[in-house]
Amino acid sequence: MPSHAPVLSRGDGALAGRRILILFAHPSLDRSEANRPLAAATAPLEGVTLVDLYAEYPTFEINVDREQARLLSHEVICFMHPLYWYSTPAILKEWQDLVLEHGFAYGVGAGALNGKLFFNALTAGGPEAAYCAAGYNHFTIRELLHPLEQMARLCGMVYLPPFALFGARTAVDEGRMPGHVADWVRVLVALREDRLDLAAARSRTTLNADLATLLRGA
Amino acid sequence: MDGIWFIAFVYLAAAVLAVPVANRLGLGSVLGYLIAGILIGPGLGLGLVGRETQDVQQVAEFGVVMMLFLVGLELEPQRLWEMRLRLLGLGGLQVGLTALLIAAGAVALGRYWGLALAIGLVFAMSSTAIVLQTLSEKGLTKTEGGRACFAVLLFQDIAVIAVLALIPLLARPGGWRDAAGNAAAGATAPDPHGTATLVADLPDWGYALVVLGAIAAVVLGGHYLSRPLFRFIADSRLREVFTASALLLVIGTALLMTLVGLSPALGAFLAGVVLANSEFRHELQSAIEPFKGLLLGIFFITVGAGIDFGILFADYATVLGLTFGVMGLKAAVLLGLARLFRLPAGDRWLVALSLAQAGEFGFVLLAFCVQNAVIPTALARTLSLVVALSMLLTPALFILYERLIAPRLRTDVQGPAPDTIDEQGAVVIAGIGRFGQVVNSLLVAAGVRTVVLDHRAEQIDLLRKLDIKSYYGDASRPDLLHAAGIAQARLFIVAIDDRDRAVEMVEYVRRTYPQVRILARAYDVGHMYLLKKAGADLALREVYHGSLSLGAAALRRLGFHPYKVERMTRAFRRHQSEGLDGMYDLWDQDPDIARNLALQAHIRAYVGSLQDALNADRRDLHDRTERGWTPPPKGFSRELDEDA
Repeated sequence: MPSHAPVLSRGDGALAGRRILILFAHPSLDRSEANRPLAAATAPLEGVTLVDLYAEYPTFEINVDREQARLLSHEVICFMHPLYWYSTPAILKEWQDLVLEHGFAYGVGAGALNGKLFFNALTAGGPEAAYCAAGYNHFTIRELLHPLEQMARLCGMVYLPPFALFGARTAVDEGRMPGHVADWVRVLVALREDRLDLAAARSRTTLNADLATLLRGA
Repeated sequence: MDGIWFIAFVYLAAAVLAVPVANRLGLGSVLGYLIAGILIGPGLGLGLVGRETQDVQQVAEFGVVMMLFLVGLELEPQRLWEMRLRLLGLGGLQVGLTALLIAAGAVALGRYWGLALAIGLVFAMSSTAIVLQTLSEKGLTKTEGGRACFAVLLFQDIAVIAVLALIPLLARPGGWRDAAGNAAAGATAPDPHGTATLVADLPDWGYALVVLGAIAAVVLGGHYLSRPLFRFIADSRLREVFTASALLLVIGTALLMTLVGLSPALGAFLAGVVLANSEFRHELQSAIEPFKGLLLGIFFITVGAGIDFGILFADYATVLGLTFGVMGLKAAVLLGLARLFRLPAGDRWLVALSLAQAGEFGFVLLAFCVQNAVIPTALARTLSLVVALSMLLTPALFILYERLIAPRLRTDVQGPAPDTIDEQGAVVIAGIGRFGQVVNSLLVAAGVRTVVLDHRAEQIDLLRKLDIKSYYGDASRPDLLHAAGIAQARLFIVAIDDRDRAVEMVEYVRRTYPQVRILARAYDVGHMYLLKKAGADLALREVYHGSLSLGAAALRRLGFHPYKVERMTRAFRRHQSEGLDGMYDLWDQDPDIARNLALQAHIRAYVGSLQDALNADRRDLHDRTERGWTPPPKGFSRELDEDA
């Protein structure tokens, strides 16, 4: 069975850093303005595997064995998606329901995901100001992502705040995309080379709000 | 030595030897034919042919007529209307400006103005034969530049008629001393092909009426009479009669046009346009194509053989100077016009370089000028040589464009956004019965351009009534597939009933067009394997998915939860495809199940495992079909509590 996902330079040991798995979910990529350039910038990065879930499983028939093997061969797991009703698009929920099995991801004797890093790379339509107690969304983005944070924790993974683009519908018109894409590449490279200050990052609302202060060296 | 068999042998042998070699060297077939002509001609070559070249050329010019018929077939009337601006603007300015500039040059050299203008008009024409043939050979027909070239050539074709009417008026009063014999022959009606016309003695209004009547006859006859006629012939299933009627159509149109004093090429083009919407388009194309190719080839050979190297060697400075001067000037005019008409940079160069030569109409006009005592015979010989040399140089200019200009301009083209459908990358569908129709509807609805072929004329007729674009023809014939554009297609879909022919078709296309992806409709598992072995990228059993859906509907009516049915259906499908993949090697050893014991055993095991696959609990079998949505074991939360 051919894989639609570009699996890039997963050097076995040759690459010293962390290997990053991006599980990308966008059900109408042809209309995407924000996620498409982000995905395009992700694909050529060394040590990063980008999986287009809707392309690989157009009928939601997720191959559990293949997905579990992917999880095992990466140290950083990222859900990359637009925010749909304060959560992921449907296929990522399906992916969780099928792939994160009892006995593999959690439960007695499980531990396949122990110690791996997990975070979301999301784009949200609403402006950042809407995501607070006083705003129309009433909760911060981290509060809304609690189910995913707890998923990561139950699987023994280290949860990081989301890499988020707010006001995504106007990002292109306002010229915010190039800077955001550059930040995204910077975060991925820093994660790969272990130059991201994890301890400091864990308490932030987003990874990219004040990115420079999280990066070390280079 | 000059029997017809010998001449035919010499021409064909020269073509067979020279053209493949020229093609292999990347020179293109046109240059190959021209070189073949030089090799057998009297000047530099073996002198195997000589006097009869003129006669042969007249026959071979019919290749140009057929080519324009084919060009017309490719061009639907509304596309012709869309290009009117370019046709009149670009074409008109090219002919006008080039003729005036060359005439001005000739006047500056001390020639009489009438003579100068005649020379200008002769050189303003380009070679439809060389340019269109080369453009299509190199796949440049559909580019902006290719379309512009075509517009200019078409305008020239039309302009020739006016020029022929104009030339007698350009004669110097009193004629030329050295053209004594021919001088008196002037002032007859325009007649490029030496046949008597019906309209020579008519008054102007009568002539106009006859011309309009002839055009109306071609348009109306093509529209209303040709279809029932072709239907009738197609139903007789006699292929050679169809070919004969296609030839009859082209020759008849050409004859009619000649009788009323119009260009036969133009008439054939018109007939082609009228038939462009017809369902017999591809069949007509494949019937005429071989004749056109052969005749055009012979035409090019006669051009090569006709080059008078005696004059070239006697006065090479003048001849070469004129040739390069004319080509340089034409290219400069075209380059300027192409910029004026906002063509992309690369296409401007394509237009300028490909149309820089003088053409076969040049020969016709020169002969006519001599007849009317406009140009003296000796000068006409030199000018003929210039025309021929410029045609000989054209393939070199195409090579220059391909090697130097096109690669440089291709680099700055941005890649298209994902999901855009490439207009060129069409899909050819063979068979438009129950199966092909569904495939075609889906593709067309998605905006994909398809070409549909079926050998049942009544089926095509029905589909055309439903506005589904389709063509009559037997898709297992290589020439028809070629006419349908298989060489440029991205996908070839085999949806015909005939199992053996489907396999042959897949084999042929896989072998001849390895770049085309092939999707095929299979009758059963054995047929599916045969198709895959023949080279199909995908072969689907025609009733498999339908029967599986009906089975699923049955389960739902028996009370199974619909989503449970869905999961079982998916499991069934996966189990099938894995089982069939595993069986292929066994089948390959001996397709006869009755004799193939290993295959029998495999099928038994496969059927046995099916039930397990559908009902298995993952804890027992670890089968992933039933794994999804299996709840965690009871009491799992107590374990987690203890962990925390």
